[in-house]
Amino acid sequence: MDIHEHQAKDLLKRFGMPVPDGGIAFAPEQAMHEARKLGFPVVVKAQVHAGGRGAAGGVKLCQSEAEVSAFALSLLGRNLVTKQTDAGGKPVHRLLVEQATDIGKELYLGLVLDRKSERIMIVASREGGMEIEDLAEEQPDALIRMVIDPAVGLAPFQSRELAFGLGMAGAQVAQFATVLRACYRAFRDQDATMVEINPLVITGSGDLVALDAKMSFDTNALFRRPEVAALRDPGQEDPREDAAAEHGLSYVGLEGDIGCIINGAGLAMATMDMIQLAGGQPANFLDIGGGASAERVVAAFRTVLSDPNVSVILVNIFAGINRCDWVAAGVVQAYRDLNLTLPVVVRLAGTNVEEGRQIIIESGLPLLSADTLAEAAATAVAARPRMAA
Amino acid sequence: MTILIDESTRVIVQGMSGRIGKFHAEDMIKHGTNVVGGVTPGRGGETVLGRPIFNTVKEAVEAVGAEASLVFVPPPGAADAIMEAAEAGLKFAVCVTDGIPSQDMMRVKRFLRRFPAARKMRFIGPNCAGIISPGKGFMGIMPPAIYLPGRVGIVGRSGTLGYEAASQMKALGIGVSTSVGIGGDPINGSSFRDILELFEADPDTDAVMMIGEIGGPQEAEAAAYARDHMTKPVVAYIAGLSAPKGRKMGHAGAIISAFGESAQEKVEILSAAGITVAPTPSAMGETIARVLGARQAA
Repeated sequence: MDIHEHQAKDLLKRFGMPVPDGGIAFAPEQAMHEARKLGFPVVVKAQVHAGGRGAAGGVKLCQSEAEVSAFALSLLGRNLVTKQTDAGGKPVHRLLVEQATDIGKELYLGLVLDRKSERIMIVASREGGMEIEDLAEEQPDALIRMVIDPAVGLAPFQSRELAFGLGMAGAQVAQFATVLRACYRAFRDQDATMVEINPLVITGSGDLVALDAKMSFDTNALFRRPEVAALRDPGQEDPREDAAAEHGLSYVGLEGDIGCIINGAGLAMATMDMIQLAGGQPANFLDIGGGASAERVVAAFRTVLSDPNVSVILVNIFAGINRCDWVAAGVVQAYRDLNLTLPVVVRLAGTNVEEGRQIIIESGLPLLSADTLAEAAATAVAARPRMAA
Repeated sequence: MTILIDESTRVIVQGMSGRIGKFHAEDMIKHGTNVVGGVTPGRGGETVLGRPIFNTVKEAVEAVGAEASLVFVPPPGAADAIMEAAEAGLKFAVCVTDGIPSQDMMRVKRFLRRFPAARKMRFIGPNCAGIISPGKGFMGIMPPAIYLPGRVGIVGRSGTLGYEAASQMKALGIGVSTSVGIGGDPINGSSFRDILELFEADPDTDAVMMIGEIGGPQEAEAAAYARDHMTKPVVAYIAGLSAPKGRKMGHAGAIISAFGESAQEKVEILSAAGITVAPTPSAMGETIARVLGARQAA
């Protein structure tokens, strides 16, 4: 789960991170008020869950109230398209108004849950401000990596090593220890999966300040982090994914026209692969999860059908913890309740498969059944309505 | 022999008093698994499915000689239950639970390192379907009927895709020695490489079907191991060839393991290591059949 820059800065500040003074604004008047309080110049930054805001025109240094107002008006309520968003962009509903920072030098600092070491890893570089992927590609030697032992925590010598490695001296070394400790403690105590300070700035007077901040959190840990859960901004997420999640479904919208309803992430990906190999394109990834009831299957149909591009639905269930009879009952119920007319291909296997097939047959509905994964994909691709030439 | 579990393995279920734990324990017993008890804190002294329930794993070890545990504890307490099993001296534990926080798993892995190799518990999962040695016993949530007993090992992240492989093999008359689900979480107990090592050492396994997916470094690690240390053939499939490049992992995350994380890259890494990669998910069975056939002919 991602949060906004201003939320990440507020959170990190509580752990000791130096951040520029600033305030949040939902309207131009509010932005002007915040700017007046801070004194000019100020930086106004669009708050969206995507990077690349500066290049996309979402960040501006403003010298006057008129400038703040005009910029706020031009952004609020619009979608900001950056190179990290899709073509539709992300809606801007809030702005961060900050005191301008006197930038001497820009550094990169990130903490991430590293799958290889199975620990929290620090990634730092003297080259801040640019995208870390580009940095990794262009100057891999410029990255310093270090892992933290969870039984010991961040050790002071690690902070010192990094500070000297980043070219710091004097009081900056101690300041950097504070910055890094804030990142690590916020990461550890709030179950983050990523903290990124890019850039971490050394000001003209030699002090450290987090000019930007990004944090992501482990959704599996939200049950014990109500404060973090409250920071969620549904406006930044795909509403279909949210609606699906409420029913215990995992959904990701894609570009194709074959809607997929599958159990298990691996089988879902494999079915999508199979559709593509058969000459079609999947409209979505959807995992109905374990122990799916008929109601959850109906919810899955609703979710898939909320995508207007869907022209065929493929249901592929290999039941272990699931039951084919429950899924079949859900398919039949969805077909009737939602008055479906588009082709639906159903492939059932595993627990209670005979009972499931019986329910499909006895329903008398024009459902297309398939015995194997290959057959299911081929049937779905063949069932697509032919486009007018 | 098979790996990990056979009909003699003394198994306990942590969370057997719960609805789901009891349901699956019953199925395990029905299929010949030697379930000797369960653990539910506060319910010690009760009986479930004719087996004694203990308050702690240590008591289960002392009273009924528990060797292995299937963990069905919900996410908030799952990591703690796994560490309790390790401390009590079990040989291995399998955790089915989906939704354990990553930092809890990080702590579990760190905790396991405190034990010397001879007494270190092998841990499989979480978020997996479990393990099965067809005809001998299983620990998990899989439908046992889809597996034919035989001599091919299966190891995979996804439960349902593992079922798909087993049923394709069964349709071709190819049986399974043991099938191991290592789970879909970013931090897991046993890696592909760990399980390949067990299959390589098992005299009753002739070949291995390995089912990977996008994300993480474990398939590449397994490929290097298979190339350098395995005499038995490995067939692989990597799910997610059509999955779009995700940006959800976050910037810093993408950088560390950017290379080799896509399905295409993993297929290239595996192929370069001499592993036969099934071209489609519906060709897993026929690919292993072809490899076994070539081996017999040789």
